[in-house]
Amino acid sequence: MTLALQDLGEYISAALPQEVLSTDVKLDELTVTVRRETIVKVMKFLRDDTNCLFKLFSDVCGVDYPEREERFEVVYHLLSMTHNNRVRIKLSTDEDTPVPSIVSVYNAANWFEREAWDMYGIMFADHPDLRRILTDYGFEGFPLRKDFPLTGHVELRYDDERKRVVYEPVKLTQDFRDFDFLSPWEGAKSILPGDEKAEEEA
Amino acid sequence: MGVDSTPAHLQPLPPGAEQDALLKNVFTELDEKGFVVANVDKLANWARTGSLWPMTFGLACCAIEMMAAFMSRYDMDRAGLVFRPSPRQADVIIVAGTLTNKMAPAFRKVYDQMADPKYVISMGSCANGGGYYHYSYSVVRGCDRVVPVDVYVPGCPPTGEALIYGIMQLQKKIRRTGTLWR
Repeated sequence: MTLALQDLGEYISAALPQEVLSTDVKLDELTVTVRRETIVKVMKFLRDDTNCLFKLFSDVCGVDYPEREERFEVVYHLLSMTHNNRVRIKLSTDEDTPVPSIVSVYNAANWFEREAWDMYGIMFADHPDLRRILTDYGFEGFPLRKDFPLTGHVELRYDDERKRVVYEPVKLTQDFRDFDFLSPWEGAKSILPGDEKAEEEA
Repeated sequence: MGVDSTPAHLQPLPPGAEQDALLKNVFTELDEKGFVVANVDKLANWARTGSLWPMTFGLACCAIEMMAAFMSRYDMDRAGLVFRPSPRQADVIIVAGTLTNKMAPAFRKVYDQMADPKYVISMGSCANGGGYYHYSYSVVRGCDRVVPVDVYVPGCPPTGEALIYGIMQLQKKIRRTGTLWR
């Protein structure tokens, strides 16, 4: 399996030398890193080439690495029903640089790209309908970015005077608590009854 | 205060000789005179508790327990509870699951469309106070921020029995509330 995947990786990088940056087989999974601008061409090749035939498109997702210069990674997963193979394609981008949309190649990518836009703010060029898909109407910010606060910026309640739901800045009655019982600094002190005495003596 | 705080004269008669005698009296009166005299608010409350139609409003995993409570084992049809797919026909809305910010305006709209008198049962931790998602950016921290709640059923998710207990508490609450005054 690993050998076949390695061969496939070499085949892909040989066929697309300008587009593929690197290939890697780890844990029986093939990862192909490509240049951002060429993703549409790579996808077309992977779908149509007789040795690939990755006709089933499973996923697009985003990853946020705040420490990198290009902080986002876009990850695509494909499945070839003909050859019983899976492949992962990666590329990197940042907040301002759009990634070419692959909706023209795989129609299924439409909503996945909308989700990546909604959650990370990754832009996709030539997407037919790049709107938010999961978050609230009028939501601001990108919740899966590492710098987005867990509780967000607004909370909601029904206003009886205005007869509608209103948004207000978050006001928590109790701060978020991190229960890390394994940590010697944060964990609960496990003093058994009677042990206070022992510490005094020591 | 508590579960059994309903005054004795408001408690329904349990099945038995006493109830049979009362029913017999009522039927004799009906046969002889063609009408019976009853206390209006007691009659109205009896009718309300006997046909609490819930609005179908399952939002998450709590809905599974809600469905289980209404299936054949506990069969809430016996108590006159029949799910209605329209808020116009419903008396009570069971908020079963996580209420998200995006759902909240729709939920309020459904509640507003229900005819008075209307009741709300908040089912499960998420509906009660956000629960597991209390600190989330997208979840309402308790559905009482959006509508007034009559009964809170705790649990994650509450069992079907717990929900039925909550419904019984609501029936008790209705029985204790005056119909012609509030």
